Amino acid sequence: MSTVAHEHDHHHAPSGLKRWIFSTNHKDIGTLYLIFSLMMFFIGGAMAMIIRAELFQPGLQFVDPQFYNSMVTVHALIMIFGAVMPAGVGLANWMIPLMIGAPDMALPRMNNMSFWILPFGFALLISTLFMNGGGPAGGWTMYPPLVLQLGDAFPFLIFTVHILGVSSIMGAINIIATVFNMRAPGMTLMKMPLFVWTWVITAFLLIASLPVFAGAVTMLLTDKYFGTSFFSAAGGGDPVLFQHIFWFFGHPEVYILALPAFGIISTIIPTFSRKPLFGYASMVYATASIAILSFFVWAHHMFTVGMPIKGELFFMYATMLISVPTGVKVFNWIATMWKGAMTFETPMLFSIAFVILFTIGGFSGLMLGITPVDFQYHDTYFVVAHFHYVLLTGAIFALMAAVYYWLPKWTGYMYDEKLGKIHFWLSTIAANVLFFPQHFLGLAGMPRRIPDYNIQFADFNMISSIGGFAYGLSQLLFVYIVIKCALGGKKAKSQAWEGAKGLEWTVPSPAPFHTFETPPKLTKAMLEH
Amino acid sequence: MSTKQRSINKTTTILFIVTILMFGFGYAMVPLYDAFCQITGLNGKTQRVTEGAGEASPILDREVRVLFDSNVNGDLPWRLKPTVKSIKVQPGKFYDATYTVTNMANVPVVGQAIPSVSPQIASLYFKKSECFCFVNQLLEPGETKDMLVRFEVDQDLPVDVGALTLSYTFFRAKGNNS
Repeated sequence: MSTVAHEHDHHHAPSGLKRWIFSTNHKDIGTLYLIFSLMMFFIGGAMAMIIRAELFQPGLQFVDPQFYNSMVTVHALIMIFGAVMPAGVGLANWMIPLMIGAPDMALPRMNNMSFWILPFGFALLISTLFMNGGGPAGGWTMYPPLVLQLGDAFPFLIFTVHILGVSSIMGAINIIATVFNMRAPGMTLMKMPLFVWTWVITAFLLIASLPVFAGAVTMLLTDKYFGTSFFSAAGGGDPVLFQHIFWFFGHPEVYILALPAFGIISTIIPTFSRKPLFGYASMVYATASIAILSFFVWAHHMFTVGMPIKGELFFMYATMLISVPTGVKVFNWIATMWKGAMTFETPMLFSIAFVILFTIGGFSGLMLGITPVDFQYHDTYFVVAHFHYVLLTGAIFALMAAVYYWLPKWTGYMYDEKLGKIHFWLSTIAANVLFFPQHFLGLAGMPRRIPDYNIQFADFNMISSIGGFAYGLSQLLFVYIVIKCALGGKKAKSQAWEGAKGLEWTVPSPAPFHTFETPPKLTKAMLEH
Repeated sequence: MSTKQRSINKTTTILFIVTILMFGFGYAMVPLYDAFCQITGLNGKTQRVTEGAGEASPILDREVRVLFDSNVNGDLPWRLKPTVKSIKVQPGKFYDATYTVTNMANVPVVGQAIPSVSPQIASLYFKKSECFCFVNQLLEPGETKDMLVRFEVDQDLPVDVGALTLSYTFFRAKGNNS
């Protein structure tokens, strides 16, 4: 991916390491984000492999329970904040200026800073695994009073969250400032590509929810070290309050992970169906209503804490309501494919798998949203299966699709289509072998976050672990494909995909270091979706 | 400064202000939650009253059973027990109940009791005029004490509540590490 380096006589960019450290170029920073998130994907993935190895058989084989619990906790934090979110921001950096005809992001220096504080944040987090008392092991949700029992790692965990929050908020501000002020003349809001729309809405979610989370963890910090009692019953506080504040952030957070994926899918499916996106305006409104509703459903994560019946009903109905705009989106994707001249290149395969598998995750989410049955499913493997369907076969599959789709634009070469298809099929089969049996485990009552289990769960766990190892190994193929593509291959045309629409395909492949320094003159055809 | 740069600065400033406001909103959720619980009885917190202020006559033909429950938080070396398991009360009348508490440690320890009433709806109608939970309690090494709670159940207690549980959990008082 580093072949974007284009020599420009008038531009005295530092070369070598300095180019990357001091970069204010949106393409370089986008590349940094994407490489960083790929590294985090493998670190978090290695932790998942440890988890699946331990669960391969009942009994304790490889790691002690404390370490197992810290693997579960840190895997979640790394995958959410280290892999999926930075990958989304990386794509936004690379593509949004190209898509709206802007020369760069609105705030290039802040862009540099929001990337470069990330590695420090994760260095803090990963260092906790080597500390007295081990890394955070109370779950990524950090519920008190359990999380307050954490040893030396506790302040590191809190400051990690602060740093990641600052980084994401700066990224979000940058995206909104770019989209609101830097669009080429003629690119009105309702002409913007859907990927830009979903990212603007995601950025608003980030700005509205992450500061609340930062506040919650700051309260944890003062509860532990400065004698406050926000969550301590002894001092008149209430530990359940933390869950409310946390999920007030936590539910919008799941849409922060999912909405950019929706934007990616809405870009790729029309390209390979050779049809405009069905219902563009309804897609924009559906995304916005999902974002707004996401602030009114948080307590469905905590039905079992003891809420008045009216509260449980309110949060159940509000949750059900979200399936309406989500259903609109799924309908539109299918309607876009309907009677289209479809071809099945790797990005399209990942996108179709996304539509099917994300919908499965959506359905299990609906089941969890029904208050009375949630009392049975709560904290079981059913929940684990649900959120991995929406995050792995949902968000990660969409990110994979995006990388395959835009790799020709980034590197100037076509990736190896045959290997891409092999990677797709291995990933899809393995991910389903990995997570589908976990539905059954959860319904049979296997709790999450345990290193050992009753032998009645042995068979499904073994199947799940085999799928896990297969999935983990097949991602190495992905790295090989990306590196191979960066080094060479069939030259990509500026219009790399026949059916692709959008400004990014009007610039050469690889995209030059500077693009759209004078705003492009937009024709009607260029603004088609 | 170009107009474009000026409008970027404006957007950025507004968004930073929103960020700071949302950080504040996280903290505002603390009093909001307390107020919400006070109104709905959500977390079972009981009501505090002064006896004799506008007292109404008790309802003689209704009996409600009040059960007493006790817990001690893990890091407090105390033993806590209600003197009686339950009593029958008439709504609108004050009653006394006692809990016996013993300090098992060989150092003085300060504890704080946190009350809770179940079902939650009943907590709105459970009123205490005196309670050992109003203040911190100091127990000398090995000391045993009987502690008083004086309460009434309000006349307006919904008719479908026939019994309610008053539960106390003793915690080590914050800032007391001996």
